[in-house]
Amino acid sequence: MSRTITFVNACLIDPASSEETFGSLTIESGVISRVNGPTKGVVIDCQKACLAPGIIDLGVHICEPGERHKESFKSASLAAASGGVTSMVTFPNTIPAIDNPELLEFFINRSKESSKIRVLPTAAITKNCSGKEICELGFLQDKGAVAFTNGLRSIRDSKIFLKALSYAASLDLPYIGHCQDYFLSYGTSATSGPFATKLGLSAAPIEAEKICLDRDANLAEISGIHYHASQITTELGLKTIKSLKSKGNKITAGTSIHHLIFDEKDIGNYRTFFKLSPPLRSENDKLILLQAINEETIDTVSSFHLPQDEESKRLPYELAANGAIGLQTLLPAGLKLVKDGHLSLAKLFQKISLNPSNLVNSKSGKLSEGCPADLVLFDPALPFVLDRFSLLSKAKNTPFDGYTLCGKVLRTFVNGIEVFNCDK
Amino acid sequence: MLNRKDLLGTADLSKEEILSIIDLAELYSRDNIDNANNTGVLRNITQINLFFENSTRTQVSFEIAGTKLGANIVNFPLGNSSQSKGETLLDLAATLNSMFPDILVIRHPNSGAVQLISEKVKCSVINAGDGNHEHPTQALLDAQTIRKRLGKISGLKIAICGDVAHSRVARSNIFCLKKLGNSIKVIGPKTLIPKGIESFGVEVTHNMFDGLQDIDVVMVLRLQKERMDGAFFSSEREYFHFYGLDERKMQYAKPNAIIMHPGPMNRGVEIDGDLADDINRSVITQQVEVGLAIRMAILDLLTAKHPLRKNV
Repeated sequence: MSRTITFVNACLIDPASSEETFGSLTIESGVISRVNGPTKGVVIDCQKACLAPGIIDLGVHICEPGERHKESFKSASLAAASGGVTSMVTFPNTIPAIDNPELLEFFINRSKESSKIRVLPTAAITKNCSGKEICELGFLQDKGAVAFTNGLRSIRDSKIFLKALSYAASLDLPYIGHCQDYFLSYGTSATSGPFATKLGLSAAPIEAEKICLDRDANLAEISGIHYHASQITTELGLKTIKSLKSKGNKITAGTSIHHLIFDEKDIGNYRTFFKLSPPLRSENDKLILLQAINEETIDTVSSFHLPQDEESKRLPYELAANGAIGLQTLLPAGLKLVKDGHLSLAKLFQKISLNPSNLVNSKSGKLSEGCPADLVLFDPALPFVLDRFSLLSKAKNTPFDGYTLCGKVLRTFVNGIEVFNCDK
Repeated sequence: MLNRKDLLGTADLSKEEILSIIDLAELYSRDNIDNANNTGVLRNITQINLFFENSTRTQVSFEIAGTKLGANIVNFPLGNSSQSKGETLLDLAATLNSMFPDILVIRHPNSGAVQLISEKVKCSVINAGDGNHEHPTQALLDAQTIRKRLGKISGLKIAICGDVAHSRVARSNIFCLKKLGNSIKVIGPKTLIPKGIESFGVEVTHNMFDGLQDIDVVMVLRLQKERMDGAFFSSEREYFHFYGLDERKMQYAKPNAIIMHPGPMNRGVEIDGDLADDINRSVITQQVEVGLAIRMAILDLLTAKHPLRKNV
């Protein structure tokens, strides 16, 4: 049951106004009713802890249907709630892919049964994400799809891709693209350069990102769709985004928290938990990316939560599966970036909450009256060493194992209902 | 003495370790020629050869090296093993670990796979080649062959020619020969030179005539067609014309320059058959001979502190 609660003595982080102020916030019937108004209902003394809009994590892989041994709605939502995530924007590349309205309905029903937090599903733009036939995009929108995507695969055939984007554009939903040229990146597991050469790994040039981005942006422009490049990870890609934005293209861009914290050298002696798609980049690319999150080039930062069981990772590097879990570590890793002076708290919440919310046309992501009471209360400073087995996801494939991160989530609320409390 | 459990690559070997291996190999090399009896030092030691990738010379060389030193050798049959039944690499490692081997000699088609196994087993592991990563015993035997033939193994100009991209031999040789103080050029078409190799301290050129100027040692690599997934070169005849080592190109090297090849050779593709057979310049068969001694030295040094060797 949603109650009336007033959070007092809180450091309010409002990404919309870029402000961090001490004050109070009241929630009623699942929405934020007053900021700095009179105290009402149950009073929670925040003791100067931070109160921010909950995180909207883009590109979450739930692994349902098909791979429930890796993750489920239940385990993912527990992990998310304890990580301050209040909405998961899920990816459709499940087994089978979410590419028809019946499957999407099943997916949404499963999420309602099992998830404590909001699930905002994206749907496949092509059948089985194979890039050949367009899905029933209108029906998918009617059932609740918030965006279209082809998962972690770019569409090879430019002609089909243009038609798919044009068809989707009339529905006014965004397309979330994975910018990796299909052929250049096929069968590779690293970024070409001295590091991959030393390890003897098959590698794709960094240009694989720019080449795909250039093409996708051109096709998106013809179609008129809002294109969101989900993971920009190289200096070249950033420059392209910057120039497209300056020309007024309907384009936004995101990056992954892992690419902001790690670079290819962290792979060390073939540590497969660092095998991601796109692969980790050079230190220079990482540093430039860190600068870009403070500017407006990068709009969103997400975890691209991709659970993999031990068997998929305990393999020779080239054979190991891509991906890392991140629902529970996105905030602590982001807070580490804040602590290290790379961006302000309000800026961080623009990237992890407000901008992703705007992308999928959700009303959360703000501390404004009338917005959903999706909130996270946290202590931003507490450093801790992460033990991967303490995480709530079924799969434990995080590259942060043994790494010092920052902050502690105290409570998480979705729609005014407490979904996580660190003392319970 | 090698103060380490495993030999996984030359990248993490010190100059002293490299020299200690080739010094001991020098003794074994003489013993092999003199038919001296070395049997005994590895008595009681169990050596398992685990070759996930087809190999003839390396596997046989390791087998004979172990046999000559008196080890008990098992060639693990992978062709019809549990691997084809879906067993993972690490389960296989755990299985082998329970059989108490003392040395595992492993070749695997994926880079890093040998390291992965070495982390899970208690015994010593020797990398007999992993993907495009390293093949340390080949590099060590090449260094030893050069020293035997030219009387020194530093201050030389060495060219590594051909398919560097797919060559673990090239990587191991670069790390090893750089540590010993040589200057190295890599020569090949741009498609076969991996990006960023200059960062290893080597010079890159795409022209054999330029690259072979004043060279003391010409190392020719096999064109690894089985590892190529697309357009790396146009045709064998064009490749031979521009990058195959022949008399015409060899003229640019120093008059007493030697020719090396890790084998097996593709005659008429990366090397001219007559040149490969020229005993005055080609040391290819000597490499095989030295390879045996190098592997004996490594087996000996890695097990030097083994408790089973105390009374030998």
